[in-house]
Amino acid sequence: MNPVSYAFAIAAAAIALLAIIEMLRRQRFRERHAFWWLLAAILSLVVSIFPSTLEWASSVVGVEVPSNLAFFISIVILFFVTVQHSSELTTLEEKTRVLAEHVALVEQRLSVLTDSVERSSQPSESIK
Amino acid sequence: MPLLLDTLVVMPAFNEEEAVAAVIKEVLSTLPGVRCLVVNDGSTDRTAQVAREAGATVLTLPFNLGVGGAMRLGFQYAVENGFERVVQIDADGQHNPSNVPNLLAQLENADIVIGARFAGTGDYDVTGPRKWAMKILATIISRIARTRLTDVTSGFKAAGPRAVRLFAVNYPAEYLGDTIESLVLASRGGCTVVQVPVAMRPRAGGVPSQNPMKSAVYLGRAAMALVIALWRTPISVRG
Repeated sequence: MNPVSYAFAIAAAAIALLAIIEMLRRQRFRERHAFWWLLAAILSLVVSIFPSTLEWASSVVGVEVPSNLAFFISIVILFFVTVQHSSELTTLEEKTRVLAEHVALVEQRLSVLTDSVERSSQPSESIK
Repeated sequence: MPLLLDTLVVMPAFNEEEAVAAVIKEVLSTLPGVRCLVVNDGSTDRTAQVAREAGATVLTLPFNLGVGGAMRLGFQYAVENGFERVVQIDADGQHNPSNVPNLLAQLENADIVIGARFAGTGDYDVTGPRKWAMKILATIISRIARTRLTDVTSGFKAAGPRAVRLFAVNYPAEYLGDTIESLVLASRGGCTVVQVPVAMRPRAGGVPSQNPMKSAVYLGRAAMALVIALWRTPISVRG
């Protein structure tokens, strides 16, 4: 591997890891969303610093071309992230639906109450 | 009729300012003593004002949730305000309120009554692929509900006390949730379903689609909705 691509791989992985840590620190990320990204960034940093780990891992699981193992693992991680997002989207949709229902019910009760308050306060005003 | 006093007529309405007032007035005059609830499903026109002026109680959803979402709110309102029965009617006037007593009478021996469009009365008719799609659905759901149903996608339905309590918590908001999934959910939850023939009136606007492509997509999505409904864990009703 030539030194430039070696340095480039390390830099890319390091930047990704730092970005995730920084976003976590600034609370732009909840921990459960950050998990898969942290895992991916740490793995890619390790592999970019010590490419031999990838070669070793692929020989262990019997993958002939080491980069294919890297692609496979990336796809698996992305898969989990999107599945998690779909599931949380469903939860959020359900929550907004419940909120919308509550707003509608509260609004209706409020208008009934306002009407009855206005009706009961009107006669006293006409006396004045 | 004392039956009407604890019956709530729910109308999901999305941009129906032209038709809704006439339908509400007709409901209130043909069914004396009944309360009419319009669920304004995120309309951008004056549906809410028009409905309120016509004498209905109006619940306004801040954005469109679809018929399923609107109906769950209707059932919730029914439970909170002590209504025992809920009748669902379209706000566009295609359902005739004079059929409601027939539906309510059948609630004596069933939890859900469907106003079926092809069961003899009226001249409502669809042809071609859409008809086959509806037939297939009706056959499958009849099996699940263990009764003979010919029209499962009708929006004209009545629910008795058990079904109202079930639906207030569990009415599905998925695509076709208000027809297919709600029937599957209720019959697996131990509710009984029957149908009553009703005559349909022409819709205020628009013709049902006869495009074979659209019908195929419809059948596909309906089948998907059915499979998902059957996969879900059944819910049992208390009491």
